[in-house]
Amino acid sequence: MAYSDKVLDHYENPRNVGSFNKDEKNVGTGMVGAPACGDVMKLQIKVGDNGVIEDAKFKTYGCGSAIASSSLVTEWLKGKSLDEAMTIKNSDIAEELALPPVKIHCSVLAEDAIKAAIADLRQKQGQNGEADACTAACKE
Amino acid sequence: MTVKTPIYLDYSATTPVDQRVADKMIPYLTEFFGNPASRSHSFGWTAEKAVENAREQVAALVNADPKEIVWTSGATESNNLAIKGAAHFYAGSKGKHIITVATEHKAVIDPVRELERQGFEATFLEPEPNGLVDLEKFKAALRPDTVLASVMFVNNEIGVIQDIEAIGNLCRANGTIFHVDAAQATGKVDIDLEKLPVDLMSFSAHKTYGPKGIGALYVRRKPRVRLEAQMHGGGHERGFRSGTLPTHQIVGMGEAFAIAKAEMALENARIKRLRDKLWAGLSEIEEVYLNGDLERRVPHNLNVSFNFVEGESLIMAVKDIAVSSGSACTSASLEPSYVLRALGRSDELAHSSIRFSIGRTTTEEEIDYTIALLKAKIGKLRELSPLWEMYQDGIDLNSVQWAAH
Repeated sequence: MAYSDKVLDHYENPRNVGSFNKDEKNVGTGMVGAPACGDVMKLQIKVGDNGVIEDAKFKTYGCGSAIASSSLVTEWLKGKSLDEAMTIKNSDIAEELALPPVKIHCSVLAEDAIKAAIADLRQKQGQNGEADACTAACKE
Repeated sequence: MTVKTPIYLDYSATTPVDQRVADKMIPYLTEFFGNPASRSHSFGWTAEKAVENAREQVAALVNADPKEIVWTSGATESNNLAIKGAAHFYAGSKGKHIITVATEHKAVIDPVRELERQGFEATFLEPEPNGLVDLEKFKAALRPDTVLASVMFVNNEIGVIQDIEAIGNLCRANGTIFHVDAAQATGKVDIDLEKLPVDLMSFSAHKTYGPKGIGALYVRRKPRVRLEAQMHGGGHERGFRSGTLPTHQIVGMGEAFAIAKAEMALENARIKRLRDKLWAGLSEIEEVYLNGDLERRVPHNLNVSFNFVEGESLIMAVKDIAVSSGSACTSASLEPSYVLRALGRSDELAHSSIRFSIGRTTTEEEIDYTIALLKAKIGKLRELSPLWEMYQDGIDLNSVQWAAH
């Protein structure tokens, strides 16, 4: 499979790999996917008192495109409000990384991970979680 | 340490033609170009002599009579001729049941499936978790109407060696024709067809440092085994397989098998040492699993699963070595190796497997490089893996409610 230069760059030099303490009140954690499907993404965001995402980290079990999709969104999330973060679409990710059709599900998973992380944070902070992750299809 | 990359560690897929083999082949393309079937002039006689010499060389490696060797285009054709040819010839007298194994090569599975479509009934035996066929289960699968059984000598993915003699004896006692795909066995395992109770055996040249596009089928003469031809025409190869013989390819296969006979003992000892070194190095990594039995295994094969690492990213990570993956991620549908699945491996472990196969030109430096590469890349991918993190935190991944997708 031929990967785009951007996918290869994120794969070779993934940004913001790691974990926050998921029990901290200002940390939201989203874990989406399943090992049997070949993709599991864990995305975490850390929010400041002003409601802006200060930092983001990820770990991904998956193909190069899945790793690149999650690495890319950690870069995009920093400095965004939660509402702004909610507007990130899988098509933006797919376009930026030039993902081929068979890899679109990786970008869908990354969008789901963002929504799951925000939902987790909002729930912790006493707001209603509204996102429903788990919509990407294993066998598209 | 300087090694030239990519390093070829896929000798079970194919081998380079040995230079000594290529040198023997070339004159038969240009100088001695005659048709071996031409009986009326010296061009034909020269070619025929070369073909018969090669037939003796192939027969000598497996201790058969040269008259028992039929040239084909490769092991796939040999398997087709043996399976369809024997099933059709004996169906009327014996019956229409066939036994084979779930881990066979597709060139056996598919002809059997075709026979199913034609009204035959097939049993696909599941091997034990170590890849070997259980003799009691094989015996239990035999029926009075079992016309044919087909079991590969050496598995192409995991390299395990089946007990061909014991399985053959069970077939003999049942009056069942026994076919063995030995494409991966020549030059790796001693084969003595005078002793082995085998009726039909498939060979390939290109797995044993010969050219692609040429193979052979052993057809036993005592007791005589008969086949329905699959390729009709000029009646070459005593009617078993029509088509002008490719003299240069045949000369190449003969020379390659002669070299294998002369050198296999020494070569296998050297290769086994390298393979054992590779396994010693890789098994220092946590959570690695050897696929297939280690003892009943050809010397050059190692098939390893790396837990908590996804298959496709693993292949990307090891692009400096040319290996085969248990994961066929060529499309959106991830399809793990059916051989590893038949051993009871989970989808995840089947996906994250690599087959290393070592060969005539592999060096110790290449093995050292491969061990170091795998250690570094597996470490890097696991640092990225949420599953590895959970495993290290003591979480049982089977207890996790995964967001089904």
